[in-house]
Amino acid sequence: MPCNETMKKDFSVLHLDCTVNGKHIRRDVPSNRALLDFIRLDLGLTGTKEGCGEGECGACLVLLNGRAVNSCLMTVSHIQGKELVTIEGIRGRKGGLHPLQETFMKEGAIQCGFCTPGIIIASEALLRRKPDATLEDIKLELTGNLCRCTGYEKVLSAVETARDKMAADPDYKEAE
Amino acid sequence: MEEQKLSFVGKSFERKDGLIKAEGRAMYAADREFARMLYAAAVRNPRPRIKILGISDEKAKKVPGYVTLVTYKDIKGQNAWPVLDLDYPFLPEKIARFAGETVALVVAETQRAAKKAASLVEIEYEELPNIQDPLEALKPDAPEIGGTTDMKNVYAHFTIQKGDVDKAFEEAAYKVEGTFKTNYQVHGYLETQGSIAIPETDGGVTIHSTTQCPYYVVDGVAAALGITYNKVKVIQTVTGGGFGGKEEVPALVAAHAAICAAKVGRPVKLIYSRKEDFQCMSKRHPGWAHIEYSADKEGHLTGCRVKYVLDAGAYSTITAIVLFRGTVHSTGPYKIPNIDVKTFGAATSKVPCGAFRGFGQPQINFAQESLIDELAEKIGMDPIEFRLKNLLNPGELTATGQKLTSSCGLSELVEAVRKKSGWDKKVNLHEKKGHIAKGIGISTCYYGVGLGAKGRFLDRAGAMVNIYKDGSVGVSVGNAEMGQGALTVFAQIASETLNAPMDLVKTEEVDSSRVPDSGPTVASRGTLMGGNAIIQAASPLRERLFKVALDMLIDKGGTSGKMIAHDGVFEMDGITVSFTDVAKEGWNRRLKMCEEGWYVAPHVSFRLDNGQGDAYVVYSYSADIAEVSVDTQTGVTKVDKIWAAYDVGRIVNPMLATGQAQGGILQGMSWSLFENLQYKNGIMVNPNFTDYVCATTKDKPEYDITFIEKLYDEGPYQAKGMGEVPLIGVAPAVANAIKNACGVRIDSVPLLPEKVWRAIKQKNATKEAK
Repeated sequence: MPCNETMKKDFSVLHLDCTVNGKHIRRDVPSNRALLDFIRLDLGLTGTKEGCGEGECGACLVLLNGRAVNSCLMTVSHIQGKELVTIEGIRGRKGGLHPLQETFMKEGAIQCGFCTPGIIIASEALLRRKPDATLEDIKLELTGNLCRCTGYEKVLSAVETARDKMAADPDYKEAE
Repeated sequence: MEEQKLSFVGKSFERKDGLIKAEGRAMYAADREFARMLYAAAVRNPRPRIKILGISDEKAKKVPGYVTLVTYKDIKGQNAWPVLDLDYPFLPEKIARFAGETVALVVAETQRAAKKAASLVEIEYEELPNIQDPLEALKPDAPEIGGTTDMKNVYAHFTIQKGDVDKAFEEAAYKVEGTFKTNYQVHGYLETQGSIAIPETDGGVTIHSTTQCPYYVVDGVAAALGITYNKVKVIQTVTGGGFGGKEEVPALVAAHAAICAAKVGRPVKLIYSRKEDFQCMSKRHPGWAHIEYSADKEGHLTGCRVKYVLDAGAYSTITAIVLFRGTVHSTGPYKIPNIDVKTFGAATSKVPCGAFRGFGQPQINFAQESLIDELAEKIGMDPIEFRLKNLLNPGELTATGQKLTSSCGLSELVEAVRKKSGWDKKVNLHEKKGHIAKGIGISTCYYGVGLGAKGRFLDRAGAMVNIYKDGSVGVSVGNAEMGQGALTVFAQIASETLNAPMDLVKTEEVDSSRVPDSGPTVASRGTLMGGNAIIQAASPLRERLFKVALDMLIDKGGTSGKMIAHDGVFEMDGITVSFTDVAKEGWNRRLKMCEEGWYVAPHVSFRLDNGQGDAYVVYSYSADIAEVSVDTQTGVTKVDKIWAAYDVGRIVNPMLATGQAQGGILQGMSWSLFENLQYKNGIMVNPNFTDYVCATTKDKPEYDITFIEKLYDEGPYQAKGMGEVPLIGVAPAVANAIKNACGVRIDSVPLLPEKVWRAIKQKNATKEAK
């Protein structure tokens, strides 16, 4: 759906200038354009999911200047001048898979996968903020991510393993 | 040739679809785009039960991008969704039976325009009498609102009659009875329902659908469009959770998309919002049960009476099979000589209920396992001792008179969780720290694997195994991956049969045009049916390839003739050839390298007059012990730990099986404690994740999982099925633990704090009065 179709007269045009997954983006967008629609429909980055549209399930989480936010509750104006990272932009420091992605696969933390991008984003935000996050910290951070398949056990342990891997890896230590 | 040891089955291979899911590249229904695609949105009935007088799109037309309104008049085929009965119209003509029902659809250029326009379509209507309570619906003077049987407002009824129940109760040393209720459960799969319909030039249609039953989608779409099955192709998209919720209803969603696409001649996408998904997609039936048990003075169960009613909602959909399963398992996994069971699926003016993990069993298991504990208490026996005395063991007869085979480890499961949990010490401890009371409770369950006697005509499955010229293997199946790990388990089974390395085997989501109708992927039948079909397909290929391998090894100097095939390698006297080499040689020899498999489940039976017969091909079993902390001042229950033991036959992939178990336990615990869908005056009050509370990371208990593998010879590498048993026994284990903690019996799910608090208050008041 091209964004000009939703441009309504009563909303102004935003001259959007931001970074998405490390790429500089400049374009005109209706300022009320839902951020999730902008990401999924305008940019075609469908890894970010809509699970509820009300900020309850966490499937639409993205990183905005390193913080995890529910993109379903925001508009494009919220990303003006900022750095946005979606699941497609989550990579290891040397390219390839991020330790979170690796451990999620290896430890069976993924089932249907619909909540996975959001949970990886939330975990990445936490580990950036608090590289030594405890199990309790991880539990608290992920209360905003509903997962109906796994019972959370393998998710939590995968985040812990990734945390330990990152702590032992100089690439991640010096990064922040 | 020496016997092959298992190389692939029984090992924790990583998920086949892990990478695309971890990277966000997996394409779910909503992620797929097609050229010239339009978007549909549903117009929903705002009231419980209405007579439709008119539908107007005058205001909707003004929305930019509006294309058309679609009503029942646009249906070219039959306006009756073929499920078990034909009472559910694709789009209602005169009467809509529940709030949230799709009355019409709007097609527009964008999804937002479609939703906006749908909200502006006006329905002119007259309200009709409605019924909210299933027990009201069964009363003789109730208005007729539905029903598909000889009884008014009843979609299905079953009975089990065995022995002389009246006599058993007359002669009993101990008797207990109780009435128990359970509320709805919403599946809460993270991906909402959705379909894309693409019209094809021959008048056919291709459907991309999130579904666990692609062939039900074929049935629905062919009927709605009035076209033959060979013109309907259903491609299952990566499916974001099912739990039964994507069994029957995706056919309805897909049919709606197809009706729209047929009208406009362009691809149409229909994706549900979470609110709509709550309002009109299937749910776990609320249950009501009155149960009585009798026992002799030694504590042997002698009789059981059950009246069990499911609140089925406004249309029958698959209530009959849900109720059938509930009926067969209603007296619990015990040997009981005298049984009288009567069950009913009642119509109400609410959302139609259908499949949900456990399928009619969790409701009745909560009731009967709660009451079994009451009986043990009355007799003065430990709940585990009482169960062990009465549990079904191999060679014994179920309620329907079915003799259990050797694949039955129920008593061992109970002993396992008893030991691991430290039950014998804890059960009489009644530990209390301040106002936190700790308690422990047990439950057991058995679960008939597969569709059973009521669904036996659908209990077959197909597969196709294709070995390509480069030695890579394609496995096509008719059973669906929905998160549980089917693609990985199927690949392991194919690898094992062919001795092909896992990384050379590809399995993919179902395409209905590749594999014949394999029935639904429900009833814990995926591994059993799909796995056996793969073995059927792969076995002749195995025979051919193993012969080629033997020749090659002898050519390379092997002399003993003793070949060992393992881990994708063929070996003789220290000489090896790889699967790839063997496959290539097979092609050189122009062998047939592609085969189809077709597996038909063994015969099952059920006599409708007395409920006797071999109801299911085999049973899986579980024993759960829950340890809880109850805050006696607030009534809040925290489940601290669950010890669960399962007999599901051979475990094909321990990591995936553990994941299934943990997920099932949490979904069961969440239903037990939190999930509380509410209706007020026929309107759903909380159709969202804000007010409908599901367990999060903070609620998660500690899990202790044990598998005791009682091999099932008919199963693929002796596996049974495991999707559902982890959920079923959780609620009664928790309720029994609450009783153990603070002495109160909560007789309805969810076990809300206010219920516990009130019961404790009442108990204390009674104590003081004495």
